[in-house]
Amino acid sequence: MNVVVCVKQIPDPADPGQLDPETKTLKREGKLILDESDSYGVEMALQLVDTAGDGEVTLVSMAPNSEVGGLRTALAMGAAKAILISDPALSGSDALATAKVLSAAIKRVDDADLILTATESSDGYTGTVPEQIAGLLDLPSITFAKHVEIADGTLKVQRQTDAGYDECESPLPAVVSVTAGVVEPRYPSFKGIMAAKSKPVDEVTVADLGLAADDVGWAGGDQEIISIEPAPAREAGEKVVDEGEGFQKVIEYLENLKVI
Amino acid sequence: MALSTIWVYAEASEGTVAATTLELLTKARELADNVEAIYAGADADAIAAQLGAHGATKVHASGDLGGALQGVPMAAAIAGAIEGNAPDAILFGTSYDGRDVAGRLSVKLDRTVITNNVDLELDGDAIVCTEPVFGGTTNVKTKFTGEKPYIVLVRPKSFAAEASSGGPATVESLTVPDTGSANAARMLNRHVEEREGPSLDEAEIVVSGGRGLGEAEKYQMIEDLAKLLGAAPGASRAIVDAGWVPYSYQVGQTGKVVKPTVYIAAGISGATQHMVGMKGSKNIIAINKDEEAPIFSIADLGIVGDVHKVVPQLIEALSSRS
Repeated sequence: MNVVVCVKQIPDPADPGQLDPETKTLKREGKLILDESDSYGVEMALQLVDTAGDGEVTLVSMAPNSEVGGLRTALAMGAAKAILISDPALSGSDALATAKVLSAAIKRVDDADLILTATESSDGYTGTVPEQIAGLLDLPSITFAKHVEIADGTLKVQRQTDAGYDECESPLPAVVSVTAGVVEPRYPSFKGIMAAKSKPVDEVTVADLGLAADDVGWAGGDQEIISIEPAPAREAGEKVVDEGEGFQKVIEYLENLKVI
Repeated sequence: MALSTIWVYAEASEGTVAATTLELLTKARELADNVEAIYAGADADAIAAQLGAHGATKVHASGDLGGALQGVPMAAAIAGAIEGNAPDAILFGTSYDGRDVAGRLSVKLDRTVITNNVDLELDGDAIVCTEPVFGGTTNVKTKFTGEKPYIVLVRPKSFAAEASSGGPATVESLTVPDTGSANAARMLNRHVEEREGPSLDEAEIVVSGGRGLGEAEKYQMIEDLAKLLGAAPGASRAIVDAGWVPYSYQVGQTGKVVKPTVYIAAGISGATQHMVGMKGSKNIIAINKDEEAPIFSIADLGIVGDVHKVVPQLIEALSSRS
């Protein structure tokens, strides 16, 4: 059982994001970390390989400046190796260009039975990349998985819906996007962290993947950002410290609105 | 100058068209002379009147997909239907299936898809999309520059749905081509998680709980308060991920977008992930013991206090009124 997990390395969400007014891209020059949304896919992959008793987990990531900070975290959790696509030409890539790059990298992994992704990244959150990867690889897919298991070579997934979940299944290989909470991600052990330092990270460029520079980056997207403006801010209203009467304030507020 | 034709990817459940679909039809009517719907399912006849009453002249219906998930067959069907008859744009709601079909279609057409939009406007005959980023603090406007049809994903509740005077939409059969082994994923069974009271989408009041509740059992007081107010109970992502409540309760970027008359956030600090889903509420009341919690920056009424005291007091006061 070989599982590929697509992981994104993102700026620390604790620091507010910024767009570069010149390039209109997200500023990503600082240290990048593993998107927490992807830790669920990494954990899921490790558990599936463990259950199968053979195979390994390969990470695929696209990041500027040969950044491996987030990859090392996932390697420390137990992934065997990683492919990193890092190339200045990738700046400004839209979701489809991203999917083209990731799917081309996934093709370099031998005998991949399953490709896991998050449902969306925490910083870009287009939520279309998993399905685009599946489309480019011409594989079946099940998105928004809240439970995943493999029985007799068949993928069984509980897919999140508005009302509850759908029981779905698919043959392998397939692409699955997993929700946060599908499994509890492990913390890397000290041994894992030390081992991760020597695990192979295969760094490739856009050209190495056989893609043209105008397939990706700003050149690849049929769109143009025309303005970036602060959204109208919502004003804070009254703030009171509860000294036993706070609930009364809430009641009065609701009464004024005539909702009670 | 209006566009000529926009297609809206329609979704429905048990014969009722999704609110987001009606919102998109309403906006599409404003942008284009002719609006048509695409629908995956066998009951197009049952929803043709609802679609027509919101401006769709026609519904291209696939019929029963035999349990196949919508992404693969519907993207192929739409790609086939646009040959020689391409609309200016195809609008999808940001839903589970909407994202799947839009993603697959963008690959089929090798065309960009612009996501998370909350507004659409025309610039000549191009569409300009507005997408909030960084938790809604910044708006980015993006214009399509490539070939039509544009593929657009729009967030729920971006527009108000308004009926037109249109009669039922004409149902036309949409051919679903053979898509081979990529179309092998199947839905076998639906599971509906029962919940009481109004839905998060429709409730006039929403009461949500977060990590500040401390433990799963304490969510009961959110349910109790919601019941007394005739409200829908909601939750932050933190306690959904922790397994305290089902995902269907989640309000936020990855959950439901709500815009009720009153939103009460109890024990929620206000991560951007959450605020994106509720900052459009008309009135926001926040109860949190941390005076510095970001939620207070958007609250019309902020109570700096312990949810374990304030919420039970509220429940008691409301119980004694009814």
